[in-house]
Amino acid sequence: MNNALSSEEREHLTDRAVPVPKIRIDGLAMSYVAQNATRTVLENVHIDMRANEFISIVGHSGAGKTTLLRCISGLERPSAGSVKFDGKDISGPPEKLALIFQDYGRSLFPWLRVLDNVTLPLRANRKMTAKLRAAAAEAALDAVGLRDAVQQYPWQLSGGMQQRVAIARALACEPEVLLMDEPFASVDAQTRSDLEDLVLGICRRYRMTTILVTHDVDESVYMSDRVVVLGGRPTSVAELIDVDLPADRDQVATKSLPEFIALRTRVLQAVRSVRSTGRRADRDATGRSGALGGTGHAGA
Amino acid sequence: MTRSFSLRVLEVAVPVGLVALWWFLGDTALTSFYFPPLRDIWASFRATWIFAHVGSDVVPTLLGIGLGYATSVVLGISLGVILGSFPRVNEFLTPLLEFLRALPAIAAIPIFIVVIGVSLKMEIAVVTFAALWPILLNVSDAVAGVDPVVRDTSRSYRIRGFDRLVRVTLPSASPQIVAGMRVALTQSIVIIIVSELIVSARGIGHFIQTAQWNFDITAMWSGMILIGLIGFALSKLFQVFEYKVLAWHRGLHGKAQR
Repeated sequence: MNNALSSEEREHLTDRAVPVPKIRIDGLAMSYVAQNATRTVLENVHIDMRANEFISIVGHSGAGKTTLLRCISGLERPSAGSVKFDGKDISGPPEKLALIFQDYGRSLFPWLRVLDNVTLPLRANRKMTAKLRAAAAEAALDAVGLRDAVQQYPWQLSGGMQQRVAIARALACEPEVLLMDEPFASVDAQTRSDLEDLVLGICRRYRMTTILVTHDVDESVYMSDRVVVLGGRPTSVAELIDVDLPADRDQVATKSLPEFIALRTRVLQAVRSVRSTGRRADRDATGRSGALGGTGHAGA
Repeated sequence: MTRSFSLRVLEVAVPVGLVALWWFLGDTALTSFYFPPLRDIWASFRATWIFAHVGSDVVPTLLGIGLGYATSVVLGISLGVILGSFPRVNEFLTPLLEFLRALPAIAAIPIFIVVIGVSLKMEIAVVTFAALWPILLNVSDAVAGVDPVVRDTSRSYRIRGFDRLVRVTLPSASPQIVAGMRVALTQSIVIIIVSELIVSARGIGHFIQTAQWNFDITAMWSGMILIGLIGFALSKLFQVFEYKVLAWHRGLHGKAQR
């Protein structure tokens, strides 16, 4: 077992040092000024993620899930606090981080064919030739089962297939961190569970650290290693729930486990209670913030 | 959507029928000095435009349109992208630009004559001045209004610089750019003919003017018909261009309607 670890990882174990979390969100706050009034959306958010972890962020609508994701992706700068990626502050969209948007219809470019949509972000890498880009894109499209659609335009495909293209585009960049903003919200139920399994498989295969924003409690439990429940006003982390289900997830088997049902009840209760009581979450979050450190999970 | 066959037949039959009607009415008493028979106009047309005056009049006109239009497209798109990318500058300049667009380019011809002098250069400048504004304003509008999701996607996938301009910004703005270019093309044709009517010593407009001065009404008509045909041909050419450039937009739109 130890042989499988890199020297770096072994060093961490032997030294009993705390590894740098893959992503550290530290005291993050976000407020906007609108019509001379400051509106604080997020306050005092702490989350630590270890490498290869899959986290879901849930919370009632308007809780600031997307805002939080935008801060992590570097699209927006938090008003206070920081987001660190491998210990370094994020000042703009970092390399090795890919974002999948909910609205695939707008985030895929309709004037480009599927293949060109996937290769476009790779053009920034000047060392890659057109041939290498195409090969990387085709491999990524292959991984999402869309090898035959390369020459089509996105709008010629179904919604589920378009979101697969978006996943392939993210994948082709070989990201270490994958962020998803309600990626399955606009597809039908069957497609949704197919895509969930596809993403789970891919994240594991390519060893990506993943954050999924969703409003679907079942989905959050099914997909994740941990579920972050956002709540309160302004929003912070209301609860952090470990999902200790077997690593191999299955739409039928996993979802019928008593543990799964208990977990989804717990998440659901957490989401609902922070919504109904409002301020409770603030106390909770500040009280818990110390316990949210990733150290407890490191090297697990 | 495919048009029905009968509609297509009608589309060709109506103009052909009208021309035939004109042709045969011209042989009856229904003509005057000012409205000569089409048969005579056609004879004059053949004598003048196939191809005696092509080099002396048609080429200068087309050159003026072509070079002026090309300049306005290049300038309009480049300046439009710059303005659209800097909303502050855009806001500041919008009243001035709206004024320049509202100003009929015809009214500016005299100043171009004074400053540049009657020449091809002046014609190109006048055409550019007339065609620039619809393109410039459409481009800056479209670039400033790029879908926020498209912006976010480009930013998060680090699509920058030339790639971003050519593969994201311009295509996303292309429906509006093409619309501006269509208006500009019409403007170009109008303004070149006007400037030839007023000052030039050559060109189709000048030919029509000369024919009028000489009371050669038949030749005048043939020049008018030639201009009509050129305008028609250019707009058909533009349609082909538009069809190619906006194929994706049509597909996207067609799907949304279905």
